[in-house]
Amino acid sequence: MSDEQASGEEMSGERTSGAGPRIEDVFREEHGRLLAALARRFGDLDLAEEAAADALEAAVTRWPVDGVPPNPGGWLMTTARRRAVDRLRRDRALAVRLAILQVEADRAESSSETSHDEDHVPDERLRLFFTCAHPALPADDRVALTLRFLGGLGTPEVARAFLVPAETMAKRLTRAKKKIVEARIPFRVPGADELPDRLPVVLQALYSIFTEGYAASSGPGLQRVDLAEEALRLARILHNLLPREQRETAGLLALMLLVHARRETRLDPDGALALLDDQDRARWDRDMIDEGRALTVAALTGGPPGPYGVQAAIAALHAEAPDVASTDWPQIVLLYDVLLTLTPSPVVALNRAVAIAMRDGPEEGLALLDDLRDEPKLRAHHPYQAARADLLDRLGRRTEAASAYRAALELAGTEPERAYLRSRLAALENHP
Amino acid sequence: MKYMLMIYAAAVEADGTTPEPGDFGAWVSYHKAVQDAGIMVSSESLADLVTATTVQVDEAGARTVTDGPFTESREVLGGFYVIDVPDLDAALDWAARCPGAREGAVVVRPVAEF
Repeated sequence: MSDEQASGEEMSGERTSGAGPRIEDVFREEHGRLLAALARRFGDLDLAEEAAADALEAAVTRWPVDGVPPNPGGWLMTTARRRAVDRLRRDRALAVRLAILQVEADRAESSSETSHDEDHVPDERLRLFFTCAHPALPADDRVALTLRFLGGLGTPEVARAFLVPAETMAKRLTRAKKKIVEARIPFRVPGADELPDRLPVVLQALYSIFTEGYAASSGPGLQRVDLAEEALRLARILHNLLPREQRETAGLLALMLLVHARRETRLDPDGALALLDDQDRARWDRDMIDEGRALTVAALTGGPPGPYGVQAAIAALHAEAPDVASTDWPQIVLLYDVLLTLTPSPVVALNRAVAIAMRDGPEEGLALLDDLRDEPKLRAHHPYQAARADLLDRLGRRTEAASAYRAALELAGTEPERAYLRSRLAALENHP
Repeated sequence: MKYMLMIYAAAVEADGTTPEPGDFGAWVSYHKAVQDAGIMVSSESLADLVTATTVQVDEAGARTVTDGPFTESREVLGGFYVIDVPDLDAALDWAARCPGAREGAVVVRPVAEF
């Protein structure tokens, strides 16, 4: 997916061009909308999925011949609804079950908002976000459902995102849908009083997609840009659907933009990881940074900061600095202090220690890192060993630095990370 | 839709008894709230685990009766509510209001429909 597509959220309606890859674009954009509207109307994710697939299949055969209709979303919705009704005629048992569900749903909330306008497809995706990322589902399933239903990824693509066989993912998605149906996880937007508990779960699912794309946990490549951009696209949709006072959504989108702005510079020409020190800042994406900074301000204005807003502010300070030396490290340390109180975690403490090393010197940073030595979460976390190695190296403690780099190498997941660590180790060992 | 809220005590004493429920008044008012909401299907509180007996029948039809279980598991079912509410979110809200969620944990399970 190109940047243009990633940043242009709404492409429904206006796209009227002919055949070719643009149909794919329409599909990706319309799939989540279509599925959400169908799930809302029929109260059944499986039926929604099948009807959506039917409609997309019909579009693949018809559009190249007839041209993309002026209102592709409306066309898909009308087609899908007819196919769903056909399926219900064939499956009486399902029809009866859904009729009962529908009666109950109508009783539970006013049905006046249900639109019967053929051309207007109501945007029900916000409900779908909260259903897919319901806390009653396992965290991995939330991410998988979000990618499948809101991202419109096929099951094999979702499987690739998780690096599992397609069959395994198909089983996982089936199990998750079974729980949604049988435990009756509702298709609704939580009330304002519930959002403080529910929204972070949705944001976490999107952030997991992003981080997996940004720093793949294993494999030959460091980044899987398609996943990162899908996460950005979904965060943008969510940001547009939620009221502005949900500032953490702005914070998450800002954080993603500010981190993604560095995507071109994270590898050196040899394919090894390049840290902030070594990145060519002229190649950072200024447009993304500007948008991210504006959203960071929005995220931090009008109330106490949330964890994504604070992380976005840290990323913004990096983005604004011409180089590592002139970065506002005192401010970054303060932000890590805030982050540590909001989300206490050894990984945040590790990042804070590195920032303190930049502010006060390697000795102070190393003392803090050594305090974290017994944290179980850092034991298999290669950035911890790499950060120790770097500080030991700067203090001239070369033998200890080398052994810390070796420890990091044992743990690092991707080839670019290992390449970076090998080069640092080699530099240490070859230097007399 | 019916859900069972299974109320688990946090821990069992060494002698197999469950600790006394903390705030009796809170239980009384929760029970009343469930009744007043018109969602009550049934509710029971179980006697101490020391009174439990386990029965198993093998393939040959032979019955084994044993005292217990005095499980190694730290959490023991102490009682339940069956409530009839529209969806899981509503069931989870009622589980969160249950005093048992503070003293131990409440497991929410949909009742199977046949």
